[in-house]
Amino acid sequence: MAYSNKVKEIYKNQLSAIQDAGLFKQERFIHSSQAAEIEVEFPTGSAPKKVINVCANNYLGLSSHPEVLKAAHDGLDQRGYGMSSVRFICGTQDIHRELEKKVSEFLGTEDTILFPSCMDANAGVFEAILTSEDVMISDRLVHASIIDGMRLCAAQHDTFKHSDMDHLEKKLQLHSNKRLKVVINDGVYSMDGDTAKLDEIAALCEKYDALLFVDESHSSGFIGKTGRGTHEKCGVMGKIDIITTTFGKALGGASGGCVSGRKEIVEMCRQKARPYLFSNTIAPVVVSGVLRVLDILSQSTERRDKLEANTKFWRKGLTEAGFVLKDGDTPIVPVMLFNAKLAQDFSRDLFDLGIYAIGFFFPVVPQGAARIRTQISAGHEMHHLEKALDAFIKVGKKYDILGKTKQEITDKYGC
Amino acid sequence: MEDMKEIILEYVIEEYCDEENDEVTFDTPLISGGIVDSFSMVSLKRFLENKYNISIPDADATPEAFDTVRKIELLVKKYL
Repeated sequence: MAYSNKVKEIYKNQLSAIQDAGLFKQERFIHSSQAAEIEVEFPTGSAPKKVINVCANNYLGLSSHPEVLKAAHDGLDQRGYGMSSVRFICGTQDIHRELEKKVSEFLGTEDTILFPSCMDANAGVFEAILTSEDVMISDRLVHASIIDGMRLCAAQHDTFKHSDMDHLEKKLQLHSNKRLKVVINDGVYSMDGDTAKLDEIAALCEKYDALLFVDESHSSGFIGKTGRGTHEKCGVMGKIDIITTTFGKALGGASGGCVSGRKEIVEMCRQKARPYLFSNTIAPVVVSGVLRVLDILSQSTERRDKLEANTKFWRKGLTEAGFVLKDGDTPIVPVMLFNAKLAQDFSRDLFDLGIYAIGFFFPVVPQGAARIRTQISAGHEMHHLEKALDAFIKVGKKYDILGKTKQEITDKYGC
Repeated sequence: MEDMKEIILEYVIEEYCDEENDEVTFDTPLISGGIVDSFSMVSLKRFLENKYNISIPDADATPEAFDTVRKIELLVKKYL
């Protein structure tokens, strides 16, 4: 079919509808490496401006770490740029095997399989291991990639209220007749920054003979005493059957992901997971970088300890200033503004003061729960955080929301 | 027989609501209002099918048809 005016109109109307609903996403161009300070071209066409970044997933500040860059350069020199093949034809190098082994050691699992991204890992894993005789029971706030993966799988699905153990137990009882049951969670929830109650969930899975799945994308590398993840923090290492995680956030921030867990489950993915079978795996240059990241994190907890200290400073500063925050202790610190326009205006004013943080609103978060999601990094120095805090307080004063409750803010701005 | 709308409303509140959205009525938008996400709608469909011993084709179980308790009642009555 030719790309006729009729077709063009269809897409133009859909794009207009997205714009009218205030949901049109615009990229902002960064003219520097990813770091605590970046140079952002905003609005498009303007001269790049140096700002402090408090919205990256660069939790450990490793995205531009010199040792990681050197390892990536060495990998490029020694193993080349691309594989030009899927894994099972001629797309597997010794370093892919080495990374799978190192990830298993790091996470405390039996085996690991790499995927081009964690999105691909989540898209492929359920279909590879479940059939229509099985059920997937997911927390209602799991990441969109997990929902897509569940949609691609023939197994039945059901959901439970976010972190509500009584509701989860009811669902496990309701589905007691299924061949396999899988309980599906994020380790740390990306929008609220809260942590799954993995100890309680693991106990319920044991009681009702269910498998336990956790996406550790916002946890791997820094949650838990040695940064192994939520399962370390909750004291259930070895009890998680399936972990998915990404190398695109704390673990260097480039790209790639994996499924890690029980040996047979990983092998099923190797035989059946479509994103693994029909796509090239992670490029050698990235594999080499991630190997170095895991070495750095295995040698010292210095970076995750600094991240923890930075997070405490940031949460304390915002709380004392009188902002409404979501409870938690992770580096994801949502500053609640409730009203979508207020969140957008707040973000713009922060940018004017040299702070880069983005407003989130419906449908990314529930109606009336608009916020600025801040994310702290070990790459932040105290002067970055002090400057950012100062800017937040200035803008908070401008809109007269400091010390105000949710009710008072929504009375003033609506929700 | 207990009013069907009351039964559906009771299930919706029990299954989907918490303290923050306690004012659900027969006409509250459930899906478009963000109370029930389209992925979690499956448990509501399963409840209706078991409770009223009916089968609702997937093609009819649309977010629009499930958007309010009143609309859900109309849908269920179609298959009774």
